[in-house]
Amino acid sequence: MAEVYDIIIVGGGPGGLAAGIYGSRARLKTAILQKGKPGGQAARTEDLENYPGFSRGTTGPALMEAMEEHAKSFGTEIISEEIVGLDLEGKIKLIKSKSGHEYMSKTVILAPGAVPKSLEIKGEIPLRGKGVSYCATCDADFFEELDVVVVGNGDAAVEEAMYLTKFAETVTIIVRRNEGDLRCNKTSAERAFANPKIKWVWNSVLEEIKGNGLVDSVVIKNIKTGELSVLETNGVFFFVGTVPKTEILKGKVELNEQGYIITNDLMQTSVPGVYAAGDARVKYLRQVVTAASDGAIAAVAAERYLAEEEGLHKSS
Amino acid sequence: MLALTKENFEEEVKKAEGLIMVDFWSEKCEPCKALMPSVHELAEKHADKAKFCSLDTNGNKRLAMSQKVLGLPTILFYQNGEIVAELCNEISIEDVEAKLLELA
Repeated sequence: MAEVYDIIIVGGGPGGLAAGIYGSRARLKTAILQKGKPGGQAARTEDLENYPGFSRGTTGPALMEAMEEHAKSFGTEIISEEIVGLDLEGKIKLIKSKSGHEYMSKTVILAPGAVPKSLEIKGEIPLRGKGVSYCATCDADFFEELDVVVVGNGDAAVEEAMYLTKFAETVTIIVRRNEGDLRCNKTSAERAFANPKIKWVWNSVLEEIKGNGLVDSVVIKNIKTGELSVLETNGVFFFVGTVPKTEILKGKVELNEQGYIITNDLMQTSVPGVYAAGDARVKYLRQVVTAASDGAIAAVAAERYLAEEEGLHKSS
Repeated sequence: MLALTKENFEEEVKKAEGLIMVDFWSEKCEPCKALMPSVHELAEKHADKAKFCSLDTNGNKRLAMSQKVLGLPTILFYQNGEIVAELCNEISIEDVEAKLLELA
């Protein structure tokens, strides 16, 4: 018979890696299944200023690299696999991968994460990779001495806009709200307002992205006056929230209307022995620190569940 | 896989015959690095079907932009020096393989 894991973690972002650290440190047979390189969205975020213990000295990719090493050092196996099917109902959970492998585990921690949301504005999809981007660290240096537009005004939008000013000539942030009103944290807002490369367009939304081959302009709509204006630009970066990568979990564990996994305080899902961690959960704050916290709780809850199951098994 | 630069691009891609795949990437692009091992596997598996190249956009930015590449990861297919297909943004290796087999 193939080997049975104690904990299999689906997803290798900060939630999954923290669960790996706690699981393998508890001497449980723990594996993380992850498509490609671990690190999740955090590995695409250059400036990470609010992870406790690292003031200005670390980046998203560096922190994720360190978490991966940390998990491996306790014995977490990190396996590059894309999951295509899950059978979570039995005592032994089955996880099928695209490569045709079937993994067995006594518990599962779901940490699939989220991906940037697309607004599907006219021109957005055809001009992807042609000036439309969702990843500042990937694409910022293409825009040296060029002009870019940022859509969004949450933490990610304003912080990534600041990062873009290191490369671009101007960064114009389009904000639906009234002048001076940003959704992001106060520290980032103050810094952005003081940055001479950042320009603001208030009470407005992006109507269309234009360009023949590469982005050359955008049409902006003022939502108060209905007025349309054209702004020449070379790039458009979207930071307008995320959608959870839980398509495959539909009908397997309870999800809310937006597709986020519902858990209790112990990170338990609607299925016994199945836990969730990170951005794919219904939660108040989606950050690296809260994902790591979820992972730790989920792994400890899984450990207790395993101990109880073991106890029942022995007494019966 | 052949590493392209602005020095050899003309010779190896624009003036070359047959099907050529170019994987545009950079050190800062985590999705590119995540995709790369499977691109290398694909190149080995289908070595007879195309010439497989990679282009680090760091230091070759103008070249990338001349090919209308302004976002990573991007994979372009060239046939006799002309772009015949492109994949960008969320690229899965299955899509790359399907495109390769379609063009080969």
